[in-house]
Amino acid sequence: MTNEFQLAGYLAWKEIWRNKGRFFLVSLVIALITLLVLFIAALGEGLGNGNREYLSKLDSELIVFQENADFVIQSSRLSPSKVNAIRRVDGVAQAGSFAYASAAIVVTGEAEPVKIALIGLEANEPGTPTAVGGRPFRRNLADEVIIDSNTAYRSKLNVGDTLVLRTSQAEKEKTYDLTVVGIAEGQQLGLQPTIFVPIQTWEEVRPKSSAEIGNNSPTPNVAIIKIMDGFTAEQVRANLLAEIEKIEAGTLQEVIEALPGYTAQQSTLNTQGAFTLIIGILVIGGFFQIQVLQKVGQIGVLKAIGTTTPTVAIASIIQIVVITTIGVFIGALLTFLLSLGFPPSIPIVFNGFTSLIAIIALMAIGPLGGLVSIQYAIRIEPLKALGLSS
Amino acid sequence: MITPPALQTKSVIKTYQSDSGTINAVDSVNLTVNAGEFVALVGPSGSGKTTMLSILAALLKPTSGEVLLDGIDQSGLSEPQRVKLRREKIGFTFQANNLVPFLSARENVELMLKLNGRLDKEGKDRSVELLTRLGLGDRMKNLPSQLSGGQQQRVAIARALIHNPSLVLADEPTASLDTERAFQVVETFANLIHEQKRAGIMVTHDLRMCEFVDRVLQMRDGKLIAEYSGADQISNFMANTRH
Repeated sequence: MTNEFQLAGYLAWKEIWRNKGRFFLVSLVIALITLLVLFIAALGEGLGNGNREYLSKLDSELIVFQENADFVIQSSRLSPSKVNAIRRVDGVAQAGSFAYASAAIVVTGEAEPVKIALIGLEANEPGTPTAVGGRPFRRNLADEVIIDSNTAYRSKLNVGDTLVLRTSQAEKEKTYDLTVVGIAEGQQLGLQPTIFVPIQTWEEVRPKSSAEIGNNSPTPNVAIIKIMDGFTAEQVRANLLAEIEKIEAGTLQEVIEALPGYTAQQSTLNTQGAFTLIIGILVIGGFFQIQVLQKVGQIGVLKAIGTTTPTVAIASIIQIVVITTIGVFIGALLTFLLSLGFPPSIPIVFNGFTSLIAIIALMAIGPLGGLVSIQYAIRIEPLKALGLSS
Repeated sequence: MITPPALQTKSVIKTYQSDSGTINAVDSVNLTVNAGEFVALVGPSGSGKTTMLSILAALLKPTSGEVLLDGIDQSGLSEPQRVKLRREKIGFTFQANNLVPFLSARENVELMLKLNGRLDKEGKDRSVELLTRLGLGDRMKNLPSQLSGGQQQRVAIARALIHNPSLVLADEPTASLDTERAFQVVETFANLIHEQKRAGIMVTHDLRMCEFVDRVLQMRDGKLIAEYSGADQISNFMANTRH
């Protein structure tokens, strides 16, 4: 068996080396498929990340919604008294109000304002992102803002700078000056850059209709729950539903999957990736099949002079694996080099795990595509291949 | 002590089924070839010589009969045993597709030793020696596509002999060569078979090549119908026979 592997390796390598140009072209095709698959995977990760980034980084386990909101943040309204009631439920360690609105910030030098997600949070309660630069909120009413790194990149604002928020108040545009007190790492929600303000400030600056002007009591959309040690999320959810009427509670994963368009978007990109892999399998399979058809005589001679069928099969497999590996390596390198040129505003994220899965899948397309050709090579009869059959 | 023949067939029959009934492609053929003997197998198209060669090469199983190579009956061997037999005891040259296109002349010859796990320094030296002897000393690194038809056939001859097989088979080795090259190739082949004491069988349409063989076996309709040995008989056969 050792001799068979050595011989197969020798034959496989000699053929590749003496036909470098032809095999390199196949590797390039695989490299382009790799580039496409990795970019689709990175785009899927980037878009998914842009949708869920804030939620996935929360240091909490449950989010409470108004009944029948179907875990959609924008569809839910909770009264402050309900949030207080939630805090008293057995197993709830902390509950923080979360209020969401869309707004825009005015960026110096930019003609168009940058659309952002305006999020109101309670100081010292769950939901406040960890500021990597600056500090968290200290009070619930202050002209302060924490911005996420994406907002910081687009607005070029730093801690201590003044952010100009523009919202519509009873059909009039109004601007608010807020001091940036902290910058948090990527906290996008719904593919929008985010800014966080204390909940009372949020009520003051959020877009309002004329009927809402003068209302100083913020109505949060949801409550973010941190559970006590010794309790499971399921236990606390059961307690919440038993003790408080007209609410529903979801885990972070359930809430992420309910984000508007999230599942459809991810499944679309996953389908694109899967189809690219299938096309890759067919293209590579076609190439190796044509190659085997072109060398029927050669395989016939090898078998006639005493080369075993396993040796022929192993040589084919080695070639396929080598060509695929080179192609995937070139493709991954090209992807990396191209990614260096993309600005952070483009939602492309190379997640190690996702990229690894894509690379493993890509490594499999050569052998999968080559299966038919290997089967064909195995079945070549030297008599027929050499024209000796009657 | 009597030395057994290198190759012996006993009542070898190969039949095929066709729409018009059973066809005997090879019909009760008995032949013997001794070590150091070069034999031509001749006959018109459809006479069964290619089928016979395929059976002798262990590429085709006979329907009945025995094929003894060094006293071992190959007709009862399993497929892996037949592959091993081809690798160790038989050398081949074919009409076309003779060489592995991505191996140099020297690598093509050494491949037989590699297949048998015997590619040591002595084997490498022998490959060089044999190729030099065949006039390919300056062509050893060339790929088959860089060699002429005659040079390719000479590389195939070297490959057929390098592993010291008991039986060397050649299927129309001169089919793609001009007359001068054809004579050179067959003469070299004959000399090496005689020198190295191999049993050699050449299937050919070109009766002029019988000049270099020790015996001529003539086939027709699957049967061995005549045998000519000695220079006079072979010359008469060549002069009088038209396929």
